Amino acid sequence: MRYARRRRLEFAALVSAPVIWWVVVLLVPYIIMLMISFYRTQFPFHVPDFQIANYLKIFAESQYVTILLRSLKISIFVSIVTFALAYPLTYFLVFKVRSPRVRTIIYVATIVPLWVSYLLRVYTWKIVLGTEGILNTFLIWVGVVNEPIEVLIYNQFAMVITMAYIFTPFMVMPIYATLEKIPRSLIEGSKDLGVGSIGTFLRITLPLSVPGILVGFTFTFCFSFGDFISPRLVGGPYSNMISNVISTQFGQAMDWPFGSALSMIMLFIVLAVITASDRFERAGRLDLG
Amino acid sequence: MATLDRDLPSGAVRQRPRRRPRSDRDLSYRALAVVTGCVLAFLYAPIATLMIFSFNDNKVMRLPFGDWTLQWYVKAFTNPQLLAAVGNSLIVAVCALAICLAIGIPTALALSRYDFPGKTVFRRLVILPITLPGIITGVSMLSFFSQLGVELSLTTVILGHGTAFAAIVITSVYARLERFDRRIIEASADLGVTPLRTFWKVTLPNIKTSIIGSSLLVFTLSFDEIPVTFFLTGRDNTLPMYIWSAIRRGITPEINAIGTVIIAVSIILIVVSAVILIQPAERRRER
Repeated sequence: MRYARRRRLEFAALVSAPVIWWVVVLLVPYIIMLMISFYRTQFPFHVPDFQIANYLKIFAESQYVTILLRSLKISIFVSIVTFALAYPLTYFLVFKVRSPRVRTIIYVATIVPLWVSYLLRVYTWKIVLGTEGILNTFLIWVGVVNEPIEVLIYNQFAMVITMAYIFTPFMVMPIYATLEKIPRSLIEGSKDLGVGSIGTFLRITLPLSVPGILVGFTFTFCFSFGDFISPRLVGGPYSNMISNVISTQFGQAMDWPFGSALSMIMLFIVLAVITASDRFERAGRLDLG
Repeated sequence: MATLDRDLPSGAVRQRPRRRPRSDRDLSYRALAVVTGCVLAFLYAPIATLMIFSFNDNKVMRLPFGDWTLQWYVKAFTNPQLLAAVGNSLIVAVCALAICLAIGIPTALALSRYDFPGKTVFRRLVILPITLPGIITGVSMLSFFSQLGVELSLTTVILGHGTAFAAIVITSVYARLERFDRRIIEASADLGVTPLRTFWKVTLPNIKTSIIGSSLLVFTLSFDEIPVTFFLTGRDNTLPMYIWSAIRRGITPEINAIGTVIIAVSIILIVVSAVILIQPAERRRER
């Protein structure tokens, strides 16, 4: 009897309390944001309403479509660049490095930058790539060029480099995890059957690492898509991303309903990407079964 | 795994036919090693640049180097606004961590121990803040606070961070809880130990490392947080917000100095957490 009551009490404390907390601080704010996205703006206020003009505006005005497409494009580029950097490194660690200690050290070394302030990592690229920056003054000092190269910073190239720099660890981690799990016997077997290194890689290792690659792409894509710091600091005039527009709507523009609508679109895209990659990953896993 | 192969005493492994000529292996090894070296350089050169220039007396960060100096450190540590921002960031990080632990551990326990209606949805909900971009947490909580008529301050920032990062504690503690034997808890209950005492004596020691590890991560992330803080801060600046506005006004070497200090502190934290977290794992593997 007492035991049952205690269990009930425990259940109330351990389940109800967290559920109530998360509903209040998480679900309610999302719902409020959704509500505001249907509101009407009478500058500088927003008035309750139920209309979809804010959503229509995103797709009706070409500047917002351009920004949305640009955000998608930049995020995809960042994912591709991080993949190109992360995959050879991870492959080298898992299959080529013999000493487990060296492997751990290099792996940890690629993850450590995550702990270094995000803002500072963006900022370092500002000082490296700037017109008066390290790279330019270095090139002038060495005599490769006579005048600073202007195209290094304040464009989409600088943005992709900076974000790739920041998000590379997020690509390394999941790929490392999947490569490590590939049974060596499969690779040995393939080689014993006379398949060359490249063939083995293309037919065994690469396909088996697809789940990790997917997770890595999802991470980097979603993080880049939501980043508004790098575009502001190194992106220049034609590099506004959707997150920059959102932050402007909640700041100077004072158009919260439009900002909320944009946030809902962003939320939808990110959730769609995550769900899709989850499905693919699960399908891939079954395939191996 | 590689060492295991080599240590096998049987001749079976050695008798396997030579697979490739050595030069082929060396070539791919070298190429991959070079790429790995380049990636590591790419990851570390900018950080190194920042640290080196914090000791350089060039007012504009450019080559060639000027003289060595500590003046930027002196300037940084005598700048009252910057010090206030550091203080605010510490307050925020400590309080946010307290919230994350206070709510994250019970949530992980609830997810791991109990079945309740809507559990799947609930599990998806609580990890949203780390899956979705920070800006969405920031914007939605801003809307929330403004509907409630709450004025923005460090308190709203703390609540924002607590919400944004609790998922780190939840996922890490949950993973640990799933791995440990539930029968120990049942045994403890059968022996008449109260649930609270069971938690202190049995559960907590088992999830200790995951709590320490995620705490360090939450602390560092909160100390460094921008997207949520950006929307939820009132008049008081946190350190990243201070740096952000300073960078937008123009680059000053002072930022390099404070940045170097932050990096040094983060690295100390990583080493500490590595010693705490990685060692037991390796010891277990060796056993």
